[in-house]
Amino acid sequence: MTGSANMIGYGLAAVGPGIGIGLIFAAYINGVARQPEAQGRLQSIAILGFALAEALAIIGIALAFVL
Amino acid sequence: MSFAGSVVSLSGSEGGFVAPGPDSFNLPPVFTVAGVGITKPMLELFLAAILVFWFFWAASRKRAMVPGKLQFAGEAIYSGVRNSLGRDLIGSKDFMPFVPYLVTLFFFILVSNWFGSIPFIQFPTFSRVSMAYALAGLSWVIYNAVGIRRHGFLGYLRLQTVPGGVKGPILALLIPLEFMSNLVIRPITLSLRLFANMFAGHILALLFATGGEYLLLHADTAIKPVGILAWVMAIAIAFLELLVQFLQAYVFTLLNAMYISGALAEEH
Repeated sequence: MTGSANMIGYGLAAVGPGIGIGLIFAAYINGVARQPEAQGRLQSIAILGFALAEALAIIGIALAFVL
Repeated sequence: MSFAGSVVSLSGSEGGFVAPGPDSFNLPPVFTVAGVGITKPMLELFLAAILVFWFFWAASRKRAMVPGKLQFAGEAIYSGVRNSLGRDLIGSKDFMPFVPYLVTLFFFILVSNWFGSIPFIQFPTFSRVSMAYALAGLSWVIYNAVGIRRHGFLGYLRLQTVPGGVKGPILALLIPLEFMSNLVIRPITLSLRLFANMFAGHILALLFATGGEYLLLHADTAIKPVGILAWVMAIAIAFLELLVQFLQAYVFTLLNAMYISGALAEEH
């Protein structure tokens, strides 16, 4: 079996952003469930948080291929 | 024109399966003009620009009081970007000059990304990192330029690097951090986010498609049915990708609007 250990490393590194994104959307769903009229405001904040957490996974995948 | 699938080496039974990798994205030039090879993503840039221009030109050609179907569609998606990305984020005072940029950016990226899923094109333009660098560079120039025009060079530098309400020696730590994060890292993450999403989505589709082909045609009889499963997954991934492609266009435009509004803000 051959392959690059980078990919195992990337899989491990993706755990962090995965948990982070889960927490962000959990909070978003909670917020909307409690106060449905706030959805419009919460949505852009949630997607911004998602994008920032995702950036970590993105840096990871870039480095996995580069290193 | 060469399709993505034909570039990936479909290995024979003796060679074993060769997984698609970053090399699968180095397409050969479609044709050569004066020594410069014109590749498929370059042609797609033009196609995307023409499609977006054509759509909005056709939608706004007959500006009727009672809109037709096309005009209604054009107005609906235009006002969606204008209100949810422009007005809500930049603020109702300043947002109008940036609406053309944001709308164009959103639809250009959306069409370019959807090229990754449209049959017979099937190559997302922004899975080549240089394309994403160019867009992020444009947005870096724009948000810095509007900030410098509003606050002056030193005022803008102060706005971006000195967080409000912080005093004393902690500033020595925060100013380099804020400088790096707001003026250096931002365009890099902006471009890498778009690039890596398109890259990862396309490589996933390639993996399931070529892997399914290998399992069906070249593998042992016992595991041939797994190839069908791989192709079912390839179709499911394609639908997931449609969502991701839309979301990335939205996020790119959202972050552009956020950066512009941050550059225009009076104080943190």
